[in-house]
Amino acid sequence: MENRLVVTASPHIVDNSSTRKLMGNVVLALLPCVIASALIFGARALLVIGVTTAACVGFEYLYTRLMKKPNPVGDLSAVITGIILALNLPVSIPLWIAIVGAFISIVIAKQLFGGIGFNFVNPALVGRIVLFTGFAPRMTTWTYPAKSQEVLTSIDAVASATPLQAVDANGTSLLSQYPLMDLFLGVHGGVLGETCALAILIGFVWLLVTRTISAAIPVTYLATVAVISALVGEPVLAQLLSGGLLFGAVFMATDYVTSPFTLKGKIVFGLGLGIITCGIRFWGNMAEGVSYAILFMNLLVPYINDLTRQKPLGAKKKGASKA
Amino acid sequence: MFKKLKRAALGASVPHEKATAAMQTVKMPVPGKVVLPMQQHIGEPCTPVVKKGDTVLVGTLVGKANGAVSANIYSGVSGTVSAIETVRASSGAMVPAVVITPDGNQTVDSAVKAPVVTDKASFLAAVQDCGLVGLGGAGFPTAVKLNVPSGVDTVVINAAECEPYLAADTREMLENGDSILAGIRAVMKYLAIKNCVVGIENNKPECIETMTRLLKAEAGVTVKTLPSRYPQGAEKVLIEKTTGREVPQGGLPSDVGVVVLNVTTVSVIGKFLATGMPLTTKRVTVAGDAVQNPQNVEVIIGTPANEVLAFCGLKQDVPVAKLISGGPMMGVALPDFEHPVVKQTNGLLALSAKAAAKPDMGPCIRCGRCIDACPLGLAPVQIAGAFNKKDVEALNKLCVDLCMMCGTCSYVCPAKRPVTQVMSLAKNFAKKEAQK
Ligand code: SF4
Ligand code: SF4
Repeated sequence: MENRLVVTASPHIVDNSSTRKLMGNVVLALLPCVIASALIFGARALLVIGVTTAACVGFEYLYTRLMKKPNPVGDLSAVITGIILALNLPVSIPLWIAIVGAFISIVIAKQLFGGIGFNFVNPALVGRIVLFTGFAPRMTTWTYPAKSQEVLTSIDAVASATPLQAVDANGTSLLSQYPLMDLFLGVHGGVLGETCALAILIGFVWLLVTRTISAAIPVTYLATVAVISALVGEPVLAQLLSGGLLFGAVFMATDYVTSPFTLKGKIVFGLGLGIITCGIRFWGNMAEGVSYAILFMNLLVPYINDLTRQKPLGAKKKGASKA
Repeated sequence: MFKKLKRAALGASVPHEKATAAMQTVKMPVPGKVVLPMQQHIGEPCTPVVKKGDTVLVGTLVGKANGAVSANIYSGVSGTVSAIETVRASSGAMVPAVVITPDGNQTVDSAVKAPVVTDKASFLAAVQDCGLVGLGGAGFPTAVKLNVPSGVDTVVINAAECEPYLAADTREMLENGDSILAGIRAVMKYLAIKNCVVGIENNKPECIETMTRLLKAEAGVTVKTLPSRYPQGAEKVLIEKTTGREVPQGGLPSDVGVVVLNVTTVSVIGKFLATGMPLTTKRVTVAGDAVQNPQNVEVIIGTPANEVLAFCGLKQDVPVAKLISGGPMMGVALPDFEHPVVKQTNGLLALSAKAAAKPDMGPCIRCGRCIDACPLGLAPVQIAGAFNKKDVEALNKLCVDLCMMCGTCSYVCPAKRPVTQVMSLAKNFAKKEAQK
């Protein structure tokens, strides 16, 4: 018995989870949305998703190489940012704009803050908001599945629009008249990933069964929107199924880095998201409020974390201790 | 639901690996030498009361307890003291050690006879004479622990054995139920404690069955089944799970009327009261993928680890890369094979390079899993952040002093960060700052 023993601190075993596996589960959860977007909007959807994702991974690799930081590409988080960003773009987006979005997401919103774990807002979300603000016309040049044109005509909508924006000649919202099944399957105008509720829900179930995320944020977020919609007399199901709400609730509001740690914190976060989203949808001058709601709540996460800390076993009172 | 809101405290579902749980304990023969470090407990080291050349017998006192918190050390062999050396105790301190060369006869010292116990004082004196310490791994002198204030109304028997691999307590329950019962009766009688709860994890159904059968006629004694999520056996967690009481920060179990004893500890009390033979042997689970015949071995305290491993056989083709005293979650990696089995040793795990390898760590992804898992409801990721900024105030607010180094946060971290190690650094840092 020779004396070459390894001495390290306990614990001497760890579970088989890894960052890569968690992120891999998110990628898998996004696949139904990717497939749905190709079915609804055609093969160009795949081109947009492919280019955006490749650009995100490429920028991440180049930046870390340049800064001589360890190569993080294997953790797959840039892949997720790429897919989520792409799913937030319309199918007609010029590819160069998608690449600009990837740069903003990865280099500006993520790496300049120190990379994974240090960014305080969701990178893909920043990319989406900047593009929508900077390239408004191109970002809202919706392509409509043929089916949705018929629907819009049948409910007398004045102009081509997403269901949330559909109005009649007097400017009254026609959302309540939009066929729910079309909203559920996503055959209507919008960005690539947000239209098909079915695909998003499949992804959500996958994230839950693999315990990648907790249901707390999406559930409180959606429940809050449902309750407020009911209170103000909006069509509850149509509100839940339209716009970026479902996609945002499942994939963007649950990003680890930019959401609170504890169950209590997650509930507060979901409530806040619901209230802001409804505020913008019902009383703001924008049809859509999900991105801004998430962005705003992202900024509050450090405070939510401090205020919703768990009470340790035996602690005198929350947050207090004698030295 | 509301409890969850207050504190997730999920713990971790560690693998059980208790392959030896169904195996009868094997008695190891007298070793070639016995090394008795003079500190096998929390507290003052003992003073050797023998010198080189002295003859000792089984049960002869070799180290006398010093001060208020200490525990006697007895020889487990008959033989000759061959040296008084200096060794590193498990606490890290350098202490004297009595080295004995056994004669193989195992002659018992005539001083060994059943104690006369009539009241609390004589009971505590008996426990002190037994040299008993907390055998679950902590090693706190039992006589000191049992000197409880009058408000204590419940004794909790820790039979969770939540560490993977270890089955020493499991075997104690299956093989020595009667001594456990005798020990519980004595503790309840002499300390005037009315209730007793035995907490056992649900991955040990035979133990639950045996103990329930044994204890069902005892007034005030119940067996409580615990979920098998590490660490049910951590003192504060166990108290909360079995009695619903929360030990206050900086306080002791007795502050909430509880005293906790490990199941093997209480069994040794029972045995000592009947025989007067002090604590000189220990059941050790020998396991790990480098071990040929994993088993539970009754070892004479002071036997060097290499003799125990040789007894169980090491695989020819699997070199030992890491040797752990205790379980894989909280056990200590030993620097060499000479280290003797001491009172607190409950496992010896010999791991191959493959089993000992740890995956590379990545940046923290702020997933919050360490917070959900921490059995005490601490926020390791935030403690790590405060420690990086050397922010003592924040560390105190985050109750870093409560951390018990259970390893759960490191175990669950997907980024494979050494979270527990950081907790330990942060805790020491906060302590030092407080003393300034
Ligand atoms: S479990 Fe690990 S990666 Fe997750 S928050 Fe804690 S330290 Fe960070
Ligand atoms: S080591 Fe400390 S912080 Fe980590 S889980 Fe255990 S008690 Fe909590």
